[in-house]
Amino acid sequence: MIELKDLTKEFKTSKAEVFAVRDVNLTIQNGEVFGIIGFSGAGKSTLVRCINLLERPTSGSVIINGVDLTRLSTKELREARKKIGMIFQQFNLLSQRTVEANIRYPLEIAGVKREAADARVKELLELVDLTDKAKAYPSQLSGGQKQRVAIARALAPEPEIILCDEATSALDPITTSSILDLLKSLNQKLGVTIVVITHEMRVVEQICDRVAVMSAGEIKEEGTVRGVFLNPQSETAKRLIEPSHSDALSTPRANTLRLAFTGDESGAPVISDMTIQCDTMVNILAANTENIGGKAFGQMLIELPEDAASQKKIKDYLDGRGIHYEEGGDA
Amino acid sequence: MLSPEMMDLLLSGTWETLYMTIVSTLIAYIFGVPLGLILYVTGDGGIRRNRAVNLVVGVIVNILRSVPFLILLVFILPFTRAVVGTTIGSTATIVPLVVAAAPYVARMVESSLKEIDGGVIEAARAMGSSTWQIIWKVFLPEAKPSLLVGATISLATILGYSAMAGFVGGGGLGAIAINYGYYRYQSDIMLITVILLVIIVQIFQEGGLKLVSKVDKRTR
Ligand SMILES: Nc1ncnc2c1ncn2[C@@H]1O[C@H](COP(=O)(O)OP(=O)(O)OP(=O)(O)O)[C@@H](O)[C@H]1O
Ligand SMILES: [Mg+2]
Repeated sequence: MIELKDLTKEFKTSKAEVFAVRDVNLTIQNGEVFGIIGFSGAGKSTLVRCINLLERPTSGSVIINGVDLTRLSTKELREARKKIGMIFQQFNLLSQRTVEANIRYPLEIAGVKREAADARVKELLELVDLTDKAKAYPSQLSGGQKQRVAIARALAPEPEIILCDEATSALDPITTSSILDLLKSLNQKLGVTIVVITHEMRVVEQICDRVAVMSAGEIKEEGTVRGVFLNPQSETAKRLIEPSHSDALSTPRANTLRLAFTGDESGAPVISDMTIQCDTMVNILAANTENIGGKAFGQMLIELPEDAASQKKIKDYLDGRGIHYEEGGDA
Repeated sequence: MLSPEMMDLLLSGTWETLYMTIVSTLIAYIFGVPLGLILYVTGDGGIRRNRAVNLVVGVIVNILRSVPFLILLVFILPFTRAVVGTTIGSTATIVPLVVAAAPYVARMVESSLKEIDGGVIEAARAMGSSTWQIIWKVFLPEAKPSLLVGATISLATILGYSAMAGFVGGGGLGAIAINYGYYRYQSDIMLITVILLVIIVQIFQEGGLKLVSKVDKRTR
């Protein structure tokens, strides 16, 4: 279990003082995939770097399985870090080492015997499906392959926790998806706790159990992914869920409805069915829906017809189908 | 054209020059690499920041680097005598060469280390590496290609210094150029020594760069 208590990190520069993280209290359970989402500059990286003390918090404590890391000696901290893997947006592999030697690095520094290390490396190469690239150098790999090497390297010392700072932000959507699948399967197979930092909602959707929304160094809200997605409370959460390119979604006008699809709805196509059932037309202003595991997940902003009768029909229809909606404008 | 004696002289001069240059460079690296590591590790953003150590080492390095080589050479003659028992000849020249080159090498090494990707160092720290493990397993291997480029440049620079030492009793091609070309106006001898020096620099340079491209794994 990771417990962050009253965690604050202040950066003092010659010009200003920045609270990158402010009074954060967070508990992450063992075996959980926990997301921390927020816009750029929210303090996500600083927060996650405080978990393994790459960044020393100004105040507060970081307690992992009952041990307060901020109170450990340098040597004890090094040992604690061996149980916390970390993967990065830029992969951060050793450029002069082969794939297998990169994966062997954490075993070398832990003093694992050569033969045992080789066996473990082989096993990890199989796990991330890179056996044929064992002798390649990082410069000869694609981004997705590099991240798989980084994951294998993070897993080598059998960590209890893996921290991912924007681990998929440098990858294309398909590669992102496969890396996330890999992380999720490791979580399920090995029970490793995963903390995922991202600014992309779909990353959270795909693998997280719970999520915290961060803005200006503070946790604005926290809950299950579905809970936050379905019913975002904070302004930040609403803006993250809605597509950033659409002003329509963030400032809904009158006569609009914001629909939330949470994967519970039956398979029938909602909008076309609704227009038929209600015998009316709606205008889709913006949509941010995704098909995850055959279920619709996301939000849609629709413009309603002017007359009140049609509007009521539509709302009744949505109520009937159990689709959550929020009215825009003054309504 | 050249007398056999002159040929012998040039040949032994070439060997002396190679001897002085290579031995001085090696010894300069023995001192320069740790100094460069100290500068880097204790400097801003280093893994073991230490203002005081960084300042002291930095100032010593800068002082030694700003003294012109010929003045340094004369200035440390007593030290040279104490170390090798004489102040003339190739072996005696190695002492001032090392004193002049070690701080230069330290800065070269520091700048090579500064090229290392900060993210890689961070990853090593996150994995629980100790300072020594980071130095041996991350800093030196990751900077290896750049360190080799630096060594190639250092070698050529030290070769230039060794030729200068010919003015004050050093051996090698520099001494031949001065004794024959300058004092006896045998400009053909001077020309030949210069050509030999150019060829040696060229060989160092080419060989160094070939080695670097073979060693560096960052390019496909
Ligand atoms: N070393 C530092 N010195 C001074 N200020 C810093 C430092 N690191 C981060 N900050 C500041 O702290 C705030 C949070 O930065 P952080 O990198 O944690 O944000 P982030 O949420 O990870 O953003 P991004 O999504 O762009 O990576 C920013 O205002 C940033 O400028
Ligand atoms: Mg960040």
